[in-house]
Amino acid sequence: MGNYNDKVVRQFAVMTVVWGVVGMLVGVLIAAQLYFPALNFNVPWLTFGRLRPLHTNAVIFAFGGCALFATSLYTVQRTCHVRLLSDKLAAFVFWGWQLIIVAAAISLPLGYTQGKEYAELEWPIDIAIAIVWVSYAVLFFGTIAKRKVKHIYVANWFYGAYIITIALLHIVNNLSIPSGWMTSYSIYSGSVDAMVQWWYGHNAVGFFLTTAFLGMMYYFVPKQAGRPIYSYRLSIVHFWALIAIYMWAGPHHLMYTALPDWAQSLGMVFSLILLAPSWGGAINGILTLSGVWHKLRTDPILKFLIVSLSFYMMSTFEGPMMSIKTVNSLSHYTDWTIGHVHSGALGWVAMISIGSIYAMLPRLLNQQQMYSVKLIDTHFWLHTIGVVVYIASMWIAGVMQGLMWRATDPDNGTLVYSFVESLNATKPYYLFRLGGGLIVLSGMFVMAWNVFKTFQQARGAIVAQPVLPADAADARA
Amino acid sequence: MVAGVITAVLLVLFVGGWIWLWLPRNKPALDAAARMPLEDDNGEETP
Repeated sequence: MGNYNDKVVRQFAVMTVVWGVVGMLVGVLIAAQLYFPALNFNVPWLTFGRLRPLHTNAVIFAFGGCALFATSLYTVQRTCHVRLLSDKLAAFVFWGWQLIIVAAAISLPLGYTQGKEYAELEWPIDIAIAIVWVSYAVLFFGTIAKRKVKHIYVANWFYGAYIITIALLHIVNNLSIPSGWMTSYSIYSGSVDAMVQWWYGHNAVGFFLTTAFLGMMYYFVPKQAGRPIYSYRLSIVHFWALIAIYMWAGPHHLMYTALPDWAQSLGMVFSLILLAPSWGGAINGILTLSGVWHKLRTDPILKFLIVSLSFYMMSTFEGPMMSIKTVNSLSHYTDWTIGHVHSGALGWVAMISIGSIYAMLPRLLNQQQMYSVKLIDTHFWLHTIGVVVYIASMWIAGVMQGLMWRATDPDNGTLVYSFVESLNATKPYYLFRLGGGLIVLSGMFVMAWNVFKTFQQARGAIVAQPVLPADAADARA
Repeated sequence: MVAGVITAVLLVLFVGGWIWLWLPRNKPALDAAARMPLEDDNGEETP
């Protein structure tokens, strides 16, 4: 029968925590720089403009990415009753991805950038990403192909859609003509360039930060609740509706720009429709707790998972609302957008990842539970409070900025406020945001300690887990 | 014209898939599929 390949899952799980700490630390530093500008120390590679893409790349692709590699490779083995296609390929994917993260961490502070948001990395690194990603696709789909059960569990559909789509988005958006080892020019120009970028950018949100983490939800929420998903039928409708609609929402990033008006309206309409599958899926996850709500009282891991879904519902209500042109005219270019992103990234993505890692790690280490369940609870409260402080201050700051920028004097048609006045009014909220970020970061340190102690406790106890038998009723061949 | 036809076909496929999923004869197989994440745990499920 053989065993599962859990080595690569453990490696990615540990690096999730490591990159989570690093990425959020950089986030806290740049949040501090917005309040105390002297904190860039007049060193070019410590300036906001270079560290901001380092922060976004680190938290999305290093922290979020490692969490997705870990959980997808765990889930696909457990639900296919088979070991990964190849141990060597798995090791290549792990080390390749870590090398890419290190290359990003060096090249971004040095100022090498394509200038495309969330796609800043220069062409040699882009090619490396494409190679590692295709290897990951071969590993994942190859494992599904040799599965020992007939049905492909819904979580794998979500992970599969994410793997295919990210390959497509990454390659198309990064097509460029190199003009040196670390410089290149995009093959797109003008509003086409903007549209390709935000087709990529929004689908990075839609498929990397949403679809893939929904795969995580469909495995770890039922697992931790000890109940099957509320409605498996709904999960399938959820999948097809979500992937069909997400692709078209990108233009909402380009409202009131040179993009043709019809494309802006199309983006708005599809963003509004997205509310239906988003909430359908989230409700499906939350209602899985029907009959076992009492577990929330004692299980902090379940709290992470369920509160992440609450944040997911909040941000998927907020997102369509912000895509309405009239709302967007107020919200765009303000810190409201930053608040929205962090409600999704820290509330939804980070909490479902953290919850899943806490759920998965003891199973990987042959332990009953983490070193300290109490510390998981501490982490939960630190994280939740930190996120709420962060997003509330950015909401208030953002709405205020939007109102100040549009205020006009009806008598002589001039603006009421200069830009620097709005900046001055924003300053106290940047301090609150820094505070929220610090609280979230302190929670990550608690997690790192708990993970370290769990590994220490498990020393010598790790045993390879046997593959589940092929289901006789469902067996292929 | 072609875009309209493709959109209509996709819409019919989507609604058709929905109806197919809710056919009573598919329920046992889907219920079994929903239990897949719970399979490697012994007796952890709360009734």
